[in-house]
Amino acid sequence: MKNLALLATLVTGALLLYGTKDFPAWGDPQDPASTYLSPYYIENAVEQTHVPNIVTAVLGDYRGYDTMFETVVIYCAGMAVLSVLWRKKEE
Amino acid sequence: MEMIVDEIVAKYNYWIYVVLMMIGFYAMIGKRNLMKKLIGMNIFQTSIILFFVSTGVKKGGGIPIVDKYQALAGNVDAASIVNPLPHVLMLTAIVVGVSVTGVALAVLQRIYREYGTLEEDEILEKLQR
Amino acid sequence: MRDIHEHTAGEDLIIKTSVRLMVPFIQVFGLYVIVHGHYSPGGGFQGGVILGASFILLALAFGMKTSQEYMTVSVNAVFNNLGPAIFIGVGVLCALFGGLFLDYSALDKLIPLGPVEWRSFGIFLIEVGVGVAVMSIMVLLYWNLSSGGAMDEGL
Repeated sequence: MKNLALLATLVTGALLLYGTKDFPAWGDPQDPASTYLSPYYIENAVEQTHVPNIVTAVLGDYRGYDTMFETVVIYCAGMAVLSVLWRKKEE
Repeated sequence: MEMIVDEIVAKYNYWIYVVLMMIGFYAMIGKRNLMKKLIGMNIFQTSIILFFVSTGVKKGGGIPIVDKYQALAGNVDAASIVNPLPHVLMLTAIVVGVSVTGVALAVLQRIYREYGTLEEDEILEKLQR
Repeated sequence: MRDIHEHTAGEDLIIKTSVRLMVPFIQVFGLYVIVHGHYSPGGGFQGGVILGASFILLALAFGMKTSQEYMTVSVNAVFNNLGPAIFIGVGVLCALFGGLFLDYSALDKLIPLGPVEWRSFGIFLIEVGVGVAVMSIMVLLYWNLSSGGAMDEGL
């Protein structure tokens, strides 16, 4: 069983490493991850929201829905733990 | 041979994160104890978070906190500041990872209370009887 | 079947003294990280985890009964729900005043500060809600996991 798992891990690792051949060079300012939307956020976030921290401005204002659902997720995790593990004190 | 060495040196961060990913993946499928599988899942999540944040780095760029008066005057150079979008998405991913770990630990406690063991083959045996 | 061993909690004098000195500073630092999310790295999630960790430190050093004197189970239940309620409340308030959901510049009709200033203040209100939610859920997770659900003793 462990040999089979090791073989599967090595094959997956080799496929992933072969896939990194197509990536752009590390640190390129013109790669597709940094050209469509993030220059708009970097240039316009401070004058539209007066918040110098761009990460907080994007998290709280431009992507406020994601933060709301993340708060709901952590609330649901608390309720799930409470419902799985609740029991009365044994006297 | 020269081309392979050049490729490895140019993108060495992706290679390191794939190695970390495979360590977590092997722990998830190759170990028999349920707690070790959970730790493998945590290693996998950590490597994915690091991988995403590293795709947004720019050469010689600074952190995404700008000077307020310089930005209101209008001279912010978008090529000298690191891409802020992966940082934002990975904050959510970290919190989701913590929630999943918490619920998984609670379920593991119930399994231990019911079956008395955390080894996967002993639990399968007890289920089939 | 009780599978929790009987511990006499909080016996070591060095740990008790140093934790008693450290916990107020940790809480003030957590509040600082929440409020300064606009100008330095930080914000709601990070500050909430630091505040939750201060209560968990108190429970580890003094025993769970002592930490439940400082944050009782019912107060924890109130804070659990107050966090998402602040967040969604701000969103609904924005929608009531004519804007979209979570569009902070529509709150300008309530107190006239200027639409751009309201965006900055709206982000601050959101971060407070997130910080309270994360703090109380961290403490609840620790209490449940370390006592097997009964929340009376353990670790």
